[in-house]
Amino acid sequence: MSDFLTFPAPPALPGQDDLRRDVRAFLAETLGPDFGATDQARSWNGHDPEFSRKLGRQGWLGMTWPTEYGGGNRSPLERYVVIEELLAAGAPVAAHWIADRQSGPLLLRFGSEAQRRDILPRIAAGECYFCIGMSEAGSGSDLAAAKTRARRDGDEWVLNGTKIWTTYAHHAHYMIVFCRTGHSEDRHGGTSQLLVDLSTPGITISPILDLAGEHHLNEVQFDNVRLPATALLGQEGQGWDQVMGELAFERSGPDRFLSSFALLNDLVRVLGTAPDQASARAVGRMAAHLMVLRHMSRSVAGKLAREENPTLQATIVKDLGALIEQEIPEIARTLVPVEPVPGPQNDFACALARTLMSAPSFSLRGGTREILRGIIARGLGLR
Amino acid sequence: MQDIVLDMGGKLFAEHAEAAFHAHPKDTTEGAASWMPGLWAQVGELGLPLALLSEEHGGFDLPAATAMGLVRLAAAHAVPLPLGETMIANWLLAHAGLPLAEGPATLALGPELDGDRLNGPAARVAYGRHAATVVLLAGDRLVRTDAGTVTEASHNVAGEPRDTLVFAGEVTSAPAPVNKQNFRLLGALLRAQGMAGALEAALSMTVDHANSREQFGRPLGKFQAIQQSLAVMATNVAAAGAAAVMATDLLSDALAGTGAFATAAMAAKIRTGEAAGIGASIAHQTHGAIGFSQEYRLHPLTRRLWAWRDEWGREAEWCETLGTEVCARGPDGFWPFLTSTGSAA
Ligand SMILES: Cc1cc2nc3c(=O)[nH]c(=O)nc-3n(C[C@H](O)[C@H](O)[C@H](O)COP(=O)(O)OP(=O)(O)OC[C@H]3O[C@@H](n4cnc5c(N)ncnc54)[C@H](O)[C@@H]3O)c2cc1C
Repeated sequence: MSDFLTFPAPPALPGQDDLRRDVRAFLAETLGPDFGATDQARSWNGHDPEFSRKLGRQGWLGMTWPTEYGGGNRSPLERYVVIEELLAAGAPVAAHWIADRQSGPLLLRFGSEAQRRDILPRIAAGECYFCIGMSEAGSGSDLAAAKTRARRDGDEWVLNGTKIWTTYAHHAHYMIVFCRTGHSEDRHGGTSQLLVDLSTPGITISPILDLAGEHHLNEVQFDNVRLPATALLGQEGQGWDQVMGELAFERSGPDRFLSSFALLNDLVRVLGTAPDQASARAVGRMAAHLMVLRHMSRSVAGKLAREENPTLQATIVKDLGALIEQEIPEIARTLVPVEPVPGPQNDFACALARTLMSAPSFSLRGGTREILRGIIARGLGLR
Repeated sequence: MQDIVLDMGGKLFAEHAEAAFHAHPKDTTEGAASWMPGLWAQVGELGLPLALLSEEHGGFDLPAATAMGLVRLAAAHAVPLPLGETMIANWLLAHAGLPLAEGPATLALGPELDGDRLNGPAARVAYGRHAATVVLLAGDRLVRTDAGTVTEASHNVAGEPRDTLVFAGEVTSAPAPVNKQNFRLLGALLRAQGMAGALEAALSMTVDHANSREQFGRPLGKFQAIQQSLAVMATNVAAAGAAAVMATDLLSDALAGTGAFATAAMAAKIRTGEAAGIGASIAHQTHGAIGFSQEYRLHPLTRRLWAWRDEWGREAEWCETLGTEVCARGPDGFWPFLTSTGSAA
């Protein structure tokens, strides 16, 4: 059977219990007792630069990167312990999340020495934030249809176009922009990635409110933005392969099955210690799914630690993870006769409302369900 | 060594797969698959019933996940053998300090121990009529007995014997190395591994079929609707395999009884059982009518999936037990519970 369907356990990790204890103690102290279910239900969308800097001081950002770039030179499995604890606690990690998860690793792999020395230590300190410049109005799932274009003009790149759905562009320092640099007919080969400092003149960032009325998404326009030649990330014309590598980082982690964990945990609180049979069954089933997903996700981290390529395994975890993330609010509402009420209160009604209204995004962001399944079908040899 | 054992087992089962198919009666109401004495003899010669044991007990010191790979392979080839039962029976006997099984063995619950006699029937015992040794848990004793008397010969939806036995003779017993819940969950683990194997085989048959069967001038697998549903099947096959491995890695903990094996085995049975239903349904849908026919060899796999998800505790039962435990720990205990179980590391 296809090897990509196997998920061996990761190797044992000495010292992980101590690390886990340290992270839990830090979170209990930093978030405090008033940080409740509805706060946690923001999952990794809660934005708090102060919190990110604290994590940086703990050495919990850029954990796997070499020390010369401000990293901790630690194993992906240690990083896994830290990020799953952050997610389970619903900690406000959004400020640094993208930089730590995908932009930093991308810079480490493709960036110039100067880019790495300049930026990676600041990411690891929790001071430098990134956003993802992939989607455009006419190019969502079909990423290769991107129209944003950079042309060379002497020593500079001149960038024109519009990116959309850019999470936290309004708080980010850099965007990694996927754009055309070659002939339009060459769908993949004519693309590159540029490292764009968002303080450069000619960039307009406009908010797009989500269906709950919250501002995290943006539209970002580039109007003759002049960038130095050194803004090129990696190789000209290699944009497609690089962006696929970036998506592999984006899809590989426990953020892909823990988005609704705060609500599930609050459901356990509301059901009490002696639930009826139907409730116990539903909770047990969801716990079983999470245990298996966690095993699979840690297996992916183990593959990363062995420098194997777990792209297909990560795709499977993300597809299954989004299903359970979206099922949790549906199941919670059948077990507890409370209407969802939008609001800041840390109670079940507000946590339910927030999770319910976030849920559609779980199978869209980072690659839609249908696109992921297409990738799996290719892995099966059907395409 | 690990690969050698799995290669040997896989080859043996593949060689007998055709005969195994014909060992099943054509009409499912007729009775159970007939016994394949030659196959069992070779299984014994290769030492596969001892696969879970350490060298000290006469085994090969394999990691549990490798040894249990044999159960998966046997399921993938749909051979009618109590191999997993015999492996676990020997493992329990070795840890209880009792003599190992002679020939095919099975696991049973039900009778009570009264001195050196067993009282009462054991129901739906896998391959009960063929077992030379039966290993039971009675109270806190592990019981070893010779073949029982069949009072009802029955079978499951896959045509595997599931018999009611009574035991007249003297039995030997020792303090049990596992409690009752873990005894049942060892059975559940066997079925989880079996379902993982049957699902893998069903997926690979289904992908092959989708690539070779043409309609509207192209292979079925070129249609996006087919690709999407086979991807769903693949994610479930992957989850089932992962779930079975997760619990198997904690096998030795069943002896220590910390609860880590129990939790992981419940999760594994729940998840593989759910995958079984989804996987069987997509496999049949993709095959069309040919997969519904007696002569086509998909049903030995899907009927096993339908049978095994209900044996040694169906999903509903283990969901309730696991959910009750989660809720008893309350919200502050939930996440620590999830991270303290799962795989060992
Ligand atoms: C909360 C959120 C945050 C996001 N953050 C970012 C960000 O920071 N940066 C960024 O670049 N993007 C971001 N995105 C955009 C995201 O990557 C896109 O939404 C996604 O790639 C899908 O593109 P689309 O929305 O244009 O949908 P479309 O591509 O138009 O798809 C619509 C529907 O059609 C289906 N479909 C499309 N093509 C096919 C096909 N070939 N076969 C079958 N079905 C198909 C899709 O699966 C989907 O169900 C974010 C999105 C969300 C919801």
